Amino acid sequence: MAVTPEEVRRLAALARLPLDDAGVAAMVGELGSILEHVRTLARADGADAALAATPHGGAPPLRPDTFGADLLHRTPDMLAPAWRDGHFVVPRLPELDPGAPRPEGETP
Amino acid sequence: MSVPLATLPLPELAEGIRERRFTPTALVEDVAEALAAVEAGPEPLNLFVSFDLERAFARALEVEADLSAGKPLPPLAGIPAAVKDNLCTVDFPTTCGSRVLAGYTSPYEATAVLRLREAGAIVLGKTNLDEFAMGSSTEHSAYGPTRNPWDRSRVAGGSSGGSAAAVAAGVVPLALGSDTGGSVRQPAAFCGVVGIRPTWGRVSRYGLVAFASSLDQVGTFGRTVYESAYLLQTVAGRDPLDATSADLPVPNAAVNLGEGLEGTTIGVPGEYFPDGMDPRVRTLCRAAIRRLEELGAEVREVSLPHTAYAVPAYAVLAVAEASSNLARFDGVRFGAPAPGAGSVAEVWERTRALFGAEAKRRILLGTYVLSAGHRDEHHARAARVRALVALDFRWVFDSGVDAVFTPTTPTPAFRLGEVTDPYEVYRSDAFTVGPALAGLPALSLPLGLADGLPVGGQLVGRAWGEPEIVRVAHALEASLAAAPLAAPPAPAAG
Repeated sequence: MAVTPEEVRRLAALARLPLDDAGVAAMVGELGSILEHVRTLARADGADAALAATPHGGAPPLRPDTFGADLLHRTPDMLAPAWRDGHFVVPRLPELDPGAPRPEGETP
Repeated sequence: MSVPLATLPLPELAEGIRERRFTPTALVEDVAEALAAVEAGPEPLNLFVSFDLERAFARALEVEADLSAGKPLPPLAGIPAAVKDNLCTVDFPTTCGSRVLAGYTSPYEATAVLRLREAGAIVLGKTNLDEFAMGSSTEHSAYGPTRNPWDRSRVAGGSSGGSAAAVAAGVVPLALGSDTGGSVRQPAAFCGVVGIRPTWGRVSRYGLVAFASSLDQVGTFGRTVYESAYLLQTVAGRDPLDATSADLPVPNAAVNLGEGLEGTTIGVPGEYFPDGMDPRVRTLCRAAIRRLEELGAEVREVSLPHTAYAVPAYAVLAVAEASSNLARFDGVRFGAPAPGAGSVAEVWERTRALFGAEAKRRILLGTYVLSAGHRDEHHARAARVRALVALDFRWVFDSGVDAVFTPTTPTPAFRLGEVTDPYEVYRSDAFTVGPALAGLPALSLPLGLADGLPVGGQLVGRAWGEPEIVRVAHALEASLAAAPLAAPPAPAAG
């Protein structure tokens, strides 16, 4: 069964990919060609085989259901380019130094 | 200097720095010269998406200072290395070869990169790849294709083409890549270097930008079996930041090296030598098999009957996971923002329009095979076939086989622009996707040249059996050393 232009447009909408008419036409042919090859899987007698969720079989490894610090959590100081005394360090705004010289061409 | 330092064997490099026969700065100077040479002229190799020689020189000076101060040096102190541009780094952008991530710099490091740096290596830069590691030629990079150092009209393979070519061209001795369906082994074969895909779970995937999570593994490139294995030893091991990383001891790269192959059984599956395969590849593989026998191994014909289904199963499973993993690149969570967009939907659309053709094709195909009405026909069936492919390997290993030998690729490197059929891209990985589906360790080592192009042989091991395939590969490599591969041709004058 070939993939239709309408189906490609629906897939593109689901995947949030913008495709113009030429893109849709190209994908109709390309997806159809790949799916023809993929359909050879029907010849493999896999009805009794287990679904392999991971390469080593069985269920994927899970973290324990416990509360605590998330190892992946990053606090702001770990992500900040500069950090001091619990605050981000940023360049000082010129407005805070009214007497200081301003870059050329900049109006106060 | 007659011999560029970076071409010395890794143990000599490390020892030379420690014993002050040369400085890390001199090593980086050689690397800079080599890089300038291969990137000059009308057909540059295009190895890196980003690199920083100034930072490399600064790091080299730090190593020299530590050496002068008598501080203990880590094992790879001052050794230049390259990292595939889908591994997160805090000091280089991580683009994944995509316009979607142009200019993106991660706030954290991939664990594999962190371990490489902790071992003292100087990360020179981020190597080119097919967009989001989806491809087998490195032609699908937003930053242009990487050329093969052996023949610049040909591809370097992919998706880790930049890393493989950087090692082959003598720019760096070591490089990290990633292998989903063959993205380390296939470019290693095309470029004439050694590439190892470890058992799934051997190396942390934390900080590796996900393509197909149940298949992705960080892999290693080196000029020799030992060097590639040493790099693997450096980055492997349990990582609490990746729940799928195995809590198992990391094998020593040098364990059992130099032993003969008496008592070792090598399985050769007929399905990996199909009628019509490139006769040059077949000839070199047959010669390698004879060499294994001469080394004392028992070579036994085996069968992996579901091999023909591995590519279509991979094609379904990888794109399904890719369509899910790449959903995060929407301009909100990740991806280039879309200034001036009138709505969130417009942000999504504008950002995702930046994906290249291959990425879009895989995202759409993945969405198709996961969509209602097609899930059972395609995805569930492919997942069952994956189990059958894994069972094939298990039966072979349970029958007493220690390692399986196959060609790494059906052909040597093809020409740039030669493969245009979308499914042909997958066929290039015909011999590498099976072990990937089964989560098994596999390596590619150079067997010789066919019309001036490298040909690779693949050794596949049991899960967690890296030491066994490294031992066999090391023995074969030493045996083939009587007729070693020549260096890639010198770059054409600019």
